[in-house]
Amino acid sequence: MQALKEIHSSFVPLPAENVDTDQIIPARFLKATTRDGFGKNLFRDWRYENDDETRPKADFVLNQPQFSGTILVAGKNFGCGSSREHAAWALLDYGFKAVVSSFFADIFKNNALNNGVLPVIVSESFLQKTFSLSPADALHIDVTAQTITIEKTGEQESFELNPYKKTCLLNGYDDIDFLISRKSAIEQFESAKA
Amino acid sequence: MGKTLFNKIWDAHVVEKIEDGPSVLYIDRHFIHEVTSPQAFKGIEKRGLSLFRPKQTIATADHNVPTLNQHLPIKDQLSKMQVDQLIENCEKHGVALYGLGHPYQGIVHVIGPELGITQPGMTIVCGDSHTSTHGAFGTIAFGIGTSEVEMVFASQCVLQTQPKTMRINIEGALQPGVVSKDIILYIIAKISASGATGYFVEYAGSTIRSLSMEARMTICNMSIEMGARGGMIAPDQVTFDYLKGRVYAPKGNAWEQKISEWKQLYSDADAVFDAELHIDASAIEPMITYGTNPGLGIPVQAHMPVLESIANEGERKNMEQALRYMDLQSGASLLGMPVQHVFIGSCTNSRIEDLRLVANLVKGRKKHDSVKVMIVPGSQQVAKQVHAEGLDKIFTEAGFQIRQAGCSACLGMNEDKVPAGEYCISTSNRNFEGRQGAGARTLLASPLTAAAAAITGVVTDVRELIK
Repeated sequence: MQALKEIHSSFVPLPAENVDTDQIIPARFLKATTRDGFGKNLFRDWRYENDDETRPKADFVLNQPQFSGTILVAGKNFGCGSSREHAAWALLDYGFKAVVSSFFADIFKNNALNNGVLPVIVSESFLQKTFSLSPADALHIDVTAQTITIEKTGEQESFELNPYKKTCLLNGYDDIDFLISRKSAIEQFESAKA
Repeated sequence: MGKTLFNKIWDAHVVEKIEDGPSVLYIDRHFIHEVTSPQAFKGIEKRGLSLFRPKQTIATADHNVPTLNQHLPIKDQLSKMQVDQLIENCEKHGVALYGLGHPYQGIVHVIGPELGITQPGMTIVCGDSHTSTHGAFGTIAFGIGTSEVEMVFASQCVLQTQPKTMRINIEGALQPGVVSKDIILYIIAKISASGATGYFVEYAGSTIRSLSMEARMTICNMSIEMGARGGMIAPDQVTFDYLKGRVYAPKGNAWEQKISEWKQLYSDADAVFDAELHIDASAIEPMITYGTNPGLGIPVQAHMPVLESIANEGERKNMEQALRYMDLQSGASLLGMPVQHVFIGSCTNSRIEDLRLVANLVKGRKKHDSVKVMIVPGSQQVAKQVHAEGLDKIFTEAGFQIRQAGCSACLGMNEDKVPAGEYCISTSNRNFEGRQGAGARTLLASPLTAAAAAITGVVTDVRELIK
């Protein structure tokens, strides 16, 4: 996992609520056996007419060149539905490093963090403010300080991040390394239980 | 202060709690399938590890499998590759696989309980959000991502932050024509698709106690559709009777000992929940969804909400998009609307009791000419039982197509899909855009309501047929 300390970028606004993981990456693209290459199918059916890459839907934000950046800002309850980690892989592969929303589904939040994609939970009013910014406006996310700032206005909010997960993100550690280091405690637990 | 059922099981499985962080939670049983496991196997191989406790992982192939001609090679090459990869991975790492052709193959959340692998008091995970199904046996069961599958492979543990607890009490008798699917669709419509996010839900009350294990599984299965980490029901005599004699259920003295342990698995009278909800069962009617998340459901007799009456802008836009996708009119009724497909199957409603319910209603009737009806048993064992009970005859005579076990048309991943623009009444769990195939329009309902539409060809109040 790549370490993530801060992000300074313009953003892609997706105000829809309840964006489910079937939209982020439809099931028919889950047939790969590696973690790579999911980005081209990110939001596939919102992005293209009739599944045809030569016919991008003009009204979808990923097809609007004025919007770009490594931050996706989405409506509440982002990532609901299926547990497919492919959703986090698709976002990462496409180039997103953070998703900002007022509310995330649990499994998606974990999956994102496990891949170094930062879920940033902001208030509904901060979210709406962000949606009203112009495409060129940048956001600044500081993982250490746990803050997100609208560059132009200086408006800032703190976001929650579990201290353990924060250490992982800042250093690029993953949970598996940690769990392997706890093997003797796990074995002890097993013998006590038996 | 007493403990909740959730806390009793959680506390018994915490290996250690990281300061200011999650807990290391020990996992008793780990189910895997072909879609969310290959990257995890690759991951541990890359680290030069073998599976820490391979005997505690059980595999099946369900998402990608065809539901016709399962004896032939899978036609879709990518699907075939994934299923083949699962076989290879399981052989290499010593994992028991109930794959295609095995008499125990089926949807992972159907086979775990029916084989007696799922037992009260356990922690159970699977790279699949509907793992919450197993909570019907009084387990902590939840869906995980592939990185977490890799964690279980490597350490038989996951790192989890303890969720809050919610109890949903359902009291009273159900009306005729109302079944467990209606209960859970009613609850989700009431609290929304995100109403239980952050919580682990315990379903309790006299209504729940009166339900069979199959019906309880349907309810726990859809906990995730309101955002819950999982759902659970305290085990009781119904649970013990279901488990007794199953392939992997304890036998002899071990059974007696387990029963006495399992009888301790309930929320203490003075246990406190972070949230509590009370539902009057008699108020629940046959339900159907009209939108593109499972929270957008109404009683089949009711009208869809009027857009202009929704005050919250985000919600209104959400509803507008849903109605546009579904090509439905705000404020209208669904009754009498033609449907082209009926799908009876999925980890929500493909168990023998679901199929008995359907058979009972359609016996001596025929499907409407304009509708295609698929019955997909959840497992080879369910399929066998269907034949043993002669239900297949009833279905065939009604013009229903009986297929072989798998996830089928629930998720648009295998050959079974609903064409763009067409409507399907489905007993599955998700009505997301494109869930049953790109452009497909899904109306979620109970097996009874689905069967009623199969007969009439239109959205129907099943109570009209059981008068």
